[in-house]
Amino acid sequence: MDENVAEFIRRSILKIPLCEMKTILKAWNFLSEDQLQTINFRQRKEFLAQEVILMCEEKCARLDDMALLDIVCEDVDLFDMKWFQCSFKKILQRALRNVTVSFRVDGKNAVWIRIAWGTQYSQPNQYKPTFVVYYPQTPYAFISSCHLKSNVPLLHQALKVASKHHQIVQMDLRSRHLDSLKAIVFREYDQTFESHNSTVPLQEGNLGLDMNLDSNIIHENLEEKERIHRVTQETFGAHPQPQLEFAQYKLETKFKSGISGGILADRKEPLRCLIKFSSPHLLEALKSLAPAGIADAPLSPLLTCIANKKMNYFKIRDK
Amino acid sequence: MSVLRSMDKLPDLNRATILLVGTEDALLQKLAESMLQEHCASELRVHLANSLPLPSTVNRPRIDLIVFVINLHSKYSLRKVEECLSHVDSSFFLGKVCFLATGAGRESHCSIHQNTVIKLARTYRSPLLFCDLEVGSFRATMAQRLVRMLQICAGHVPGISAVNLLSLLRCSDSTPSKEL
Repeated sequence: MDENVAEFIRRSILKIPLCEMKTILKAWNFLSEDQLQTINFRQRKEFLAQEVILMCEEKCARLDDMALLDIVCEDVDLFDMKWFQCSFKKILQRALRNVTVSFRVDGKNAVWIRIAWGTQYSQPNQYKPTFVVYYPQTPYAFISSCHLKSNVPLLHQALKVASKHHQIVQMDLRSRHLDSLKAIVFREYDQTFESHNSTVPLQEGNLGLDMNLDSNIIHENLEEKERIHRVTQETFGAHPQPQLEFAQYKLETKFKSGISGGILADRKEPLRCLIKFSSPHLLEALKSLAPAGIADAPLSPLLTCIANKKMNYFKIRDK
Repeated sequence: MSVLRSMDKLPDLNRATILLVGTEDALLQKLAESMLQEHCASELRVHLANSLPLPSTVNRPRIDLIVFVINLHSKYSLRKVEECLSHVDSSFFLGKVCFLATGAGRESHCSIHQNTVIKLARTYRSPLLFCDLEVGSFRATMAQRLVRMLQICAGHVPGISAVNLLSLLRCSDSTPSKEL
């Protein structure tokens, strides 16, 4: 084994706190189970390091293995699934005596939690559970609606403490499709597939018009259509949009008029309006507005920022 | 050349050209196809535009009839058509312009009152036709009417001109206004 590699491994081990030593060496996956079992994790780090180096020499550790150990050490927030589940359940059970909490680990990066809510005096209602999907490597959790609003702060508290975060913030993003929420939050929708559509010049059928169907039909505004198509592609991208059902805008504003006075101008309370857009597939519908001739391109930024800002519930106030 | 003029080009032999102006391509395309399916002695050309003025770079034949298509479901379509009207020379309004309102059948979706388009047509002294372009049979009937109107406006029907047709159509319009 190379001297430099050995030295690097020794220094890495000395940097690891003893309480995490076993987990990290296990995660490294270079030493075998038997070898790990023979190591005395209670001895002083210098001797521990020497033991590990000897084992590495036997196995001829190389540069790649050393680099891998470095990577594993960097992943400081080694997520402990058992601890998370335990502490989550405890927090809920301490607050509400009757609550059913179940977990399912989905692959390596998601944990599904089902919570059936009861109270101090009644059994949990199994027919109205709340589901939470938590991705430990990310600061995101997806929560289905809770039929008892009073339980929501408790749920947030449990998630926050069990995942070792300081704060939990509710995002203004809601949808019935978990995949779409994930796509927006993790920005997965932006990946263009291996398709010929991404950089194709103006072609027949590309704009959704059968232009060459009849040579007696002449489209006068081809340039404008091309511009609209280009602007739409720039704003929404060539990929399929994540699926959302609603976008809601709450507006609070004061009445402005040139004439001073009048009932509306004197009103102290702001005027409130609510505009809600709903569609089976809202973002695709918005994308098709300009090409269909229903709206000007470019669309209002309030509509086009939904995926970028990860919001579909907006509050707009006068500045 | 920002204003469409009716007499600035020589007519082509036996050709009649109609210009459909409206914001929704799908509707215009369907109407154009329906018109071309009609049997007609003249050679038909249909030009589709979303707005005026038309691009000046294109070499196009003389336009015999302009139809402004307004979707009663969309205030945007009305606004765009109103903006176009200033780009049409007044000589067109002697029988070579007509307004077509679609979508009246679905009352709950209408965001433009019928009176608004009626007033618009009256201001420009041009006929107003109602037709639900989405419905195949209505569209076919309307296409037939437009082809006949187009032939008259192109001068292919002996004994009747665009102005004659306009005054004929206007007679049936004027009685309702007296009642109002």
